[in-house]
Amino acid sequence: MTAEPIGTRGLVHREPLLRDISVEGRRGLDLPGGEVAPVDPAEVFPDWALRRAPAGLPEVSEPDVVRHFTRLSQWNYSIDSGMYPLGSCTMKYNPRVNETVARLPGFTGLHPRTPDHLAQGALALMYDLERYLAEITGLDRVTLQPAAGAHGELCGVLMMRAWHVKEHGCPRSKVIVPESAHGTNPASCAIAGYSVVSVKNGPDGIVEPEQVAERMDDDVAGFMVTCPNTLGLFERHIGEIAEIVHAAGGLVYMDGANLNAILGATRPGDLGVDVMHLNLHKTFSTPHGGGGPGSGPVAVRANLAPYLPIPVVVKEGDRYRLDDDLPGTIGKMRSFYGNFAMLVRAYAYIRSLGPEGLKRVAEIAVLNANYLKERLKAHYHLPFDRPCMHELVLTDKFQQAAGVKTLDIAKRLIDYGFHPPTVYFPLVVHGALMIEPTESESKATLDQFVEAMVRIAEECVASPEVLKEAPTKPVRRRLDETRAARRLVLK
Amino acid sequence: MRFIPTTGAEVAEMLATIGVERISDLFDPIPERFRLNRPLELPPALCEWALIREMEALARANEGVSYASFLGGGAYSHISSVVIDALISRSEFLTAYTPYQPEVSQGTLQAIFEFQGFVCALLDMEVANASVYDAASGLAEACLMADRALKRKARKRIVVSETVHPEYRRVVATYLEHSGIDLELVPMDARGMTDLAALAQAAARGVSGVVVQSPNYLGLVEDLRQARSVADAAGALLVVAISEPVSLGILEPPGSFGADVVVAEGQSFGIPLSFGGPYVGLFATRDKYVRAMPGRIVGATVDREGEPGFVLTLSTREQHIRREKATSNICTNQGLCALAATIYLSLLGKRGLPDLAQRNLSHATWLRRAISALDGFEIAFDGPVFNEFAVRSKRVPVATLLERLEAHRILGGIPLGEDYPHLDDCWLVTATETATRADMERFVNVLDKEGRQ
Repeated sequence: MTAEPIGTRGLVHREPLLRDISVEGRRGLDLPGGEVAPVDPAEVFPDWALRRAPAGLPEVSEPDVVRHFTRLSQWNYSIDSGMYPLGSCTMKYNPRVNETVARLPGFTGLHPRTPDHLAQGALALMYDLERYLAEITGLDRVTLQPAAGAHGELCGVLMMRAWHVKEHGCPRSKVIVPESAHGTNPASCAIAGYSVVSVKNGPDGIVEPEQVAERMDDDVAGFMVTCPNTLGLFERHIGEIAEIVHAAGGLVYMDGANLNAILGATRPGDLGVDVMHLNLHKTFSTPHGGGGPGSGPVAVRANLAPYLPIPVVVKEGDRYRLDDDLPGTIGKMRSFYGNFAMLVRAYAYIRSLGPEGLKRVAEIAVLNANYLKERLKAHYHLPFDRPCMHELVLTDKFQQAAGVKTLDIAKRLIDYGFHPPTVYFPLVVHGALMIEPTESESKATLDQFVEAMVRIAEECVASPEVLKEAPTKPVRRRLDETRAARRLVLK
Repeated sequence: MRFIPTTGAEVAEMLATIGVERISDLFDPIPERFRLNRPLELPPALCEWALIREMEALARANEGVSYASFLGGGAYSHISSVVIDALISRSEFLTAYTPYQPEVSQGTLQAIFEFQGFVCALLDMEVANASVYDAASGLAEACLMADRALKRKARKRIVVSETVHPEYRRVVATYLEHSGIDLELVPMDARGMTDLAALAQAAARGVSGVVVQSPNYLGLVEDLRQARSVADAAGALLVVAISEPVSLGILEPPGSFGADVVVAEGQSFGIPLSFGGPYVGLFATRDKYVRAMPGRIVGATVDREGEPGFVLTLSTREQHIRREKATSNICTNQGLCALAATIYLSLLGKRGLPDLAQRNLSHATWLRRAISALDGFEIAFDGPVFNEFAVRSKRVPVATLLERLEAHRILGGIPLGEDYPHLDDCWLVTATETATRADMERFVNVLDKEGRQ
């Protein structure tokens, strides 16, 4: 425990808003020149339709813009700069080659209404990606259309609904969701017209079959489970629960946020899952971009395939085409076919890793999480001391005596050079610190992280005020969120 | 495996610390009967060099990219700047998560704050969120929001004009189907515009929202003054969709007509076509409805030393706090695309946007005039258009005509019959500033030759 923290000082610049450096007459983009005679808008449009005053955009040069956004970027923490152990977010390395291939002009320049026979590369890629994801999930068909995980959830629940209407003549009215679920799960159910029945996780953090059986009736459309769950634990009764749900005519939906833990080890379809979404921006390495764009494909068993969003990609001989002819479809979830450029990245990732590589991803992700668990459990309260999968949940219970909370521990980690874990989630654990190291971190980095966490635990005893002051090293100290919400300044 | 650092020796050390023998022991929580005891059936791993070759082959198979294109209809070819990719490729923007820890996310947060300001300025609205997936899903969210904002007790209904982008309408239908809100479609009139009398009639039966698009799917400018009157008379919110926001360089923005919610597709602002995504939905409303708005919002504040800074705010509307009572299930937005649009609008600036808009108008006007002079064709609607317009083929079926154009390496536009059966002899032609004079002349010549019979 003698090494210096990896977080240290660095020069950053103040940078105002662009509107504050705007100078009348500057511009940052030259337009192509007059190949056709300029047309006066006043000769085309009626007076009432014409813009009276130009939009209040800034007037800045290209160097102004480059410096502005470069300085802003330097205020961000990112995976490329350090470990980013946000639980259930799977902040793994985003291979640079993905960026290169997604920017090939043959992809970026392709208009979505290009006739199918002139877009064969894109359609082939989508067709193959669907097959890869079906194999990985053990399900039959996949839609690539949803733009993010929550969007996929809504899509999947709508498909469940359509299936019930066809099979049972009614959609049923309830979905069972464990308390440890992501907030998007109940929110998506609500938009799809379902009420949510909550089920508690058992004493060992796992949903118990009896609890589901008690709530299961012929008005329950399905059971929505995250597996491994947000405590990092594999829902080991999932097979039995699936049988209970199926026996009562329900479906099992799996939130695939944590799929990284089980790649090549087990398949949701084999567990009894009927429908699930995947987060390509988690498991399949597409970058988070500071909050999107993501991509949330949905995989389903064959019985749900008639309800897939349109269009679907079909292969005829060696040609591919988009097919809208799916009478049972739930419709469209967004315009066109999905976040295609993210699909390109995920495809490249799967091709880079191959079957052994993907399995290795899960193995090392699980190894890393268990390693952290073993090394940290003497210093932080571990509410569920059993083998975890890709993430572990600790709490601030040991530190509370010193008046230190989870938030303080998180902020202090920043000073040590790490992004904090997910905090105060899942809600079922008080003061949760949810840590997902991913397979991308080396043992050396994990050891540095452990060292930082141990030092923070020591600080809690010796000098808790240091934690209350944290962070001191980033460009800003703790920000006043209450003030932001009370005195709204949004532009 | 080049993306995974851990060596065999390190694995052994870590297993010893954990106290198990093999990595497979760590998977014991998975019941034996569910273990996959075979490798996944996937193609073998590729090195970077081989991968790039394969991807280049796939990209090359998209032959349409090299054709002269007059495709638009919600996705537009515009000039861009290499600066955008250089900046959004910076690791600190590209590989950061949603800014949950504001102290180490100030770059993303300030950029979104500036984005929100640009969106408001562009649309003349009071408040904007951090973006939504695209205009189509954004419009669906806007319809749900209109209902939420008005809290109508009576039968819930939204009326949507037929001239709204067909894809947007389909997505709205998907979202609204189980919301308890009825969706009523109002037809277009003979001018290719929303039938305002029908709109007023439909709205008079009680609605939460009146939804129009301008320029509409056929490129025509809708009368937002009249749409506002209709919404007022019905006590409804006016929701305006825009698929081509470059038009706002010369057209009065929806906010100036009193729109309550505006949703625009931001793809035109420096985001590549990429076969339909990712794009970015711009979403704005009035201050009084901010708490009914979906999505992330960034607000200004100070840190404990009084330094100015930014945080995510009003999160009590959101799913991670409110769960099934949230305003929306949206979580991830389109952060990097919003950043790209912010950079694009910064570069373009106050003077550049009107200039760019005028060039679109000039190119489209040139092409429209040239086509209107051809024998086999007529411009389907007389009303003024921005950068796209519907053309009627008088002799040759549209599908045949477009195929003939393809033989000349021209993508002539989007057939309209599928979405509007009464326009099955028409198609949508788009000419932005990237439609060169040479390509437009060739297009007109080929049309002249192939459109006679």
